[in-house]
Amino acid sequence: MKHIKTINMGALKNSIAKPGCKECANSCQSACKTSCTVANLECENR
Amino acid sequence: MKLHKFKQMEMNIVIDVNSGAIHVVDDIVYDVLDYYKFKNLDEIVSDFKNRYTEEQIKEAYDEIKQLEEEGLLYTYDPYKNIVLNDNGPSYIKAMCLNIAHDCNLKCKYCFASEGDYKGERKLMSPEVGKRAVDFVIENAGPRKNVEIDLFGGEPLMNFKTVKEIVEYARKREKETGKNIRFTITTNATLLNDEIMEFIDENMGNVVLSIDGRKEVNDKIRIRYDGTGTFDDILPKIKTMVEKRKDGKQYYVRGTFTRENLDFYNDVMMLADEGFKEISIEPVVLEDKHPLSLREEDLDTIFEQYDKLAEEIVNRQKQGKGFKFYHFNIDVNGGPCVYKRISGCGAGYEYVAVTPDGDIYPCHQFVGNEEFKLGNVFDGLSNYELIKTFKNGHIYNKPKCMECWARFYCSGGCQANNYSFNKDIHIPYELGCQMMKKRVECAIAIKAKLMEE
Ligand code: SF4
Ligand code: SF4
Repeated sequence: MKHIKTINMGALKNSIAKPGCKECANSCQSACKTSCTVANLECENR
Repeated sequence: MKLHKFKQMEMNIVIDVNSGAIHVVDDIVYDVLDYYKFKNLDEIVSDFKNRYTEEQIKEAYDEIKQLEEEGLLYTYDPYKNIVLNDNGPSYIKAMCLNIAHDCNLKCKYCFASEGDYKGERKLMSPEVGKRAVDFVIENAGPRKNVEIDLFGGEPLMNFKTVKEIVEYARKREKETGKNIRFTITTNATLLNDEIMEFIDENMGNVVLSIDGRKEVNDKIRIRYDGTGTFDDILPKIKTMVEKRKDGKQYYVRGTFTRENLDFYNDVMMLADEGFKEISIEPVVLEDKHPLSLREEDLDTIFEQYDKLAEEIVNRQKQGKGFKFYHFNIDVNGGPCVYKRISGCGAGYEYVAVTPDGDIYPCHQFVGNEEFKLGNVFDGLSNYELIKTFKNGHIYNKPKCMECWARFYCSGGCQANNYSFNKDIHIPYELGCQMMKKRVECAIAIKAKLMEE
């Protein structure tokens, strides 16, 4: 393509295929504790 | 909203909200996208005839169309039903233990009201702590990974209980086959060799609080006699971090307030000290608090985030990169959609426990009786409230359903939503604005680094 460079094919769509095991870590966005932002959580079941 | 587009670091970036696809486009496509869905090709050609040639527009139009057909632009949300039909049970698998409702500092913005959570100053006994460990194991059901956050106040004011809890948890891990991961959050003042050794060995993550530059930190993070803590904590934090070899996690974190809207400098100060995992986060306080962030501060805050994003790219290219917590987005992987729509899980997957063993949806709700969910000795009782939290995901938040950032943000902080709007379903607006800005920065950083 000349006008568009796709740099990511969409992780969300693929995530639907994941089993949804709900084993991933907890995440909190508040300023007083830091675990992980949701979008950066590691999936425990790649 | 199906697309979100923005300009940053000389790039035109387009995010397809529902698929998560990210595109860098030229000006023609960027402009054509505004009309693609409302006008036909001829109309668009004539609208832009002073700016672009017919051929250019046609090419751009065709490329957009191709991506649309490939499911990379203007996609629909395919998750909603999967998520709404997920009526399976939920399990509490993460817990914040308030080891001490007491603190040896009195930081001016503390949400816990200088450690006591507006109640009595109190330390958690080892008995309550151990019972809490059993509680979370019992309630984790089939989940193997369990998280326990040792929190406060200042948890190291009660190191004895910390040690007993960890020891007990290790024993219970073996008996139950669970994998318990500890995190501790500390103001770093009480760190000594013994404690650091213990933390390094037993904690999956250690969160160390410092607000950045000395003059910033020492105005806010102060002792009871009013003196600042910077000179005391910086060397301790460094020693602690140096111990965290072999990829063991840590975070050096601070908070920015109205007093340091130029927090870019605080992040850089921490980076220049050699820390690689940094977080400086916006304070959340009611408007009338002198340190609170307000609508009128947003322009300055956004400028700082922009500057930070650029510098992170520069440093990364020079091989001196560091991570900024709120810009960490894994665009290729990340969690599955269940997690993306429900976020923190407060109140049904995650709870906080007080020194008395009372259970609340999270550390930020502690002390608000209305939100008490039960007690570790008697179990959960307020099932209605647990259900409310479980259903408090983006599909039940009208504002989030209109928001392009929903799969990155996952609906904001329930506690902030409640404290500003008395309803966990109504997002805290200032937080939304900053969240969206940070997601843009995070994606721009990724795009920029991939471009080269
Ligand atoms: S909380 Fe705000 S930023 Fe987050 S998804 Fe909802 S509306 Fe968007
Ligand atoms: S409600 Fe807010 S403070 Fe509580 S766990 Fe969720 S994101 Fe964190």
